[in-house]
Amino acid sequence: MNASLNTNGARRSFKLMIVDDSNIMRRRIERSQQFEELELVGTASNGVEAIEMFRKMDPDVVTMDLTMPQMDGIECIENIVKLKPAVRILVISALADKATAVEAMEKGANGFLNKPFTDRQLNEAIAELIR
Amino acid sequence: MIQEQELKTFVEGTTNYFEVAAQQPASIGSPYLVTEGQPSCHEYTGMITITGKREGVVYFTAPKAMLTVLLMKMQESDFSHETMRDLVGEVANTISGNARKDFGRDFVISVPSVVAGERPEIPAANGTRSFVIPINWRSHSAKLIVALK
Repeated sequence: MNASLNTNGARRSFKLMIVDDSNIMRRRIERSQQFEELELVGTASNGVEAIEMFRKMDPDVVTMDLTMPQMDGIECIENIVKLKPAVRILVISALADKATAVEAMEKGANGFLNKPFTDRQLNEAIAELIR
Repeated sequence: MIQEQELKTFVEGTTNYFEVAAQQPASIGSPYLVTEGQPSCHEYTGMITITGKREGVVYFTAPKAMLTVLLMKMQESDFSHETMRDLVGEVANTISGNARKDFGRDFVISVPSVVAGERPEIPAANGTRSFVIPINWRSHSAKLIVALK
C-alpha cells in the first residue's frame, strides 16, 4: 500500500473510528485494514455511542454502518460532519439500493462499500478515502 | 405473496454472502413453500422484520457447528454464544439489506433480533406464507426463510 505523505514527505497518520452494531464486523474491519498510517482510536455500536466517541477521540476517518439501533448511520453522519466537516467517512452497509448510497453521500459520506466485502475491497475503499 | 423473481433476489444474496464472506460457495437448494405450520429452525436464528412497501420477516437459521466453521473462515477467534448470535443476525441483515438492490429503499429492514435454542419461538407473520431456501455449505445445512406479504 502507498503511504499518504504530508508536504514534508513524512508519513501522515490518521485516527480511525469503526462504527457497526456487530462485534464481528468491527473486529473484521480492524483486522483486515492494512494501513500503517491508520490508528484505531475507538469503536461504537450505534450512532449515539459514535457521536460520544467522536467528541472524545476526534477521529479523521470513520467507517460507518447504516442499520443500527438507537441512531442509524445516516443521522450519525449528519451529526459528525457538523462536528468536523473535514472528517472522511466510509459507509460499510448491507443496504444495496442506489438511493441509500446517494443519501449517505449527500449527508457527507465520502465512500460506500457494500457488505459482504473482501479484504481487498475494504482496503481499496479505505485507500480512496485517505490518499 | 412473494413472487418467483423476488425469491431469486434472496437466492442470489445468499449465494453472494457465502462466496464473499466465507470465500467458499454454498450449494443452494430449490426453494419450497411451507404448507403447514412454521418451518423448523436450527440452534441460532437471526430475524429481520420487513416494513414499508412489503411486510413480513426474513430469517437465517443455522446450527452451531456451521457457524463455528463460518467464523473460522472469517479469521474470527471468538466462538462464544454471543458471537454466534451476532453472526446469525449479521447474515440475516446482510442478505435482507442486499435485497434492496431489487426491492428499493422502501423495503425497510429492522435491526436483527436473534433467538437461540433447540426449538426457538419464531413469531408468525400474519397473512404470509413462508418460503424456505435450503443452504448447504461444506457438510452443514442451514435455511433462509422468507415470508413477505
